[in-house]
Amino acid sequence: MEHIIALLQELEHTPLAVTIAQSAWAFPIIETVHVIALTLTIGTVLILDLRLLGLASLRQPYAAVRREVQPWTWAAFGVAAVSGSLMFISQASEYFENTAFRIKLGLLALAGLNMLTFELIIRRRAAAFEKGSTRWPGRIAALLSLAFWISIVFFGRRIGFTMSPEN
Amino acid sequence: MLALARWLSETAASGFIRERDWLIPLLQTLHILAIAAVMSSALAIDLRVLSFARVPSQSIADTVARFAPWIWGGLIVLAVSGAPLIVAEPRRTLPNPTFQIKMTLLVLAAAATVALLISLRRDAGFYAASGRANGAARLLAVVVLALWCAVAVAGRFIAYTQPA
Repeated sequence: MEHIIALLQELEHTPLAVTIAQSAWAFPIIETVHVIALTLTIGTVLILDLRLLGLASLRQPYAAVRREVQPWTWAAFGVAAVSGSLMFISQASEYFENTAFRIKLGLLALAGLNMLTFELIIRRRAAAFEKGSTRWPGRIAALLSLAFWISIVFFGRRIGFTMSPEN
Repeated sequence: MLALARWLSETAASGFIRERDWLIPLLQTLHILAIAAVMSSALAIDLRVLSFARVPSQSIADTVARFAPWIWGGLIVLAVSGAPLIVAEPRRTLPNPTFQIKMTLLVLAAAATVALLISLRRDAGFYAASGRANGAARLLAVVVLALWCAVAVAGRFIAYTQPA
């Protein structure tokens, strides 16, 4: 633990981290980019989850919806990850100690694991995610995905209330 | 505006929301999820209009029918989740120039979205599977997305600007 804290403090003292921490506008601007990127990440995840639940996009097969949506999910997630990392390094050791931050990262890992399980195991076995049809494994994966992502937003927002005076 | 903010901050409803420290982040979570629906739906329509989407087999009419309801539904959720946030902290919002700019941008973004949908509907290629939008609609699509992003930027900056 001490090693991790020491490492994180070193990270905080890198020129980039110091610049973000000291500038009045760097953090709000990075945070705004993070918000726009995460809304697009979650919005596109939602499109796919609603298709799996049989609630939207039923005129296209699941595979077509995934092809049209997933590249944008990854692009938006990439931007969210980079902007999130920039915010993290500006106060790395403080974020590391923050409970809401830890829960959020754990939930992100679970959301990723849920997606991998579904894409690599379940979807391959359940052959027909055909036009208009849904399958129970897909519905469960979609419900889990929704639960994880909604919680990620909540705990992400909670970090702002437990870290700094701004919210 | 200041008098209204002061009166509102002294109401029982305002105190009720502020005293529960999980309620504001919860309302903001709902707000962000609705923003996700609005932004992603606007993006989906725009990408089809600009021919960047990977579903050229879907007509612009299909894409609009699929995503436009999520924009209007999302806006209703945004109003419902945003209103108690104003009631809880009226002095943070109502007299804040950034909040006022956000509300102006919101009206502009909604108007531009309506204009885009009307413009698309008038286009001959609206119902064709490989239909292309005209130049005006393409330009409007870019304006619409820029305006929704501007609303989000102003929204986040409310937290960083002090009321005048």
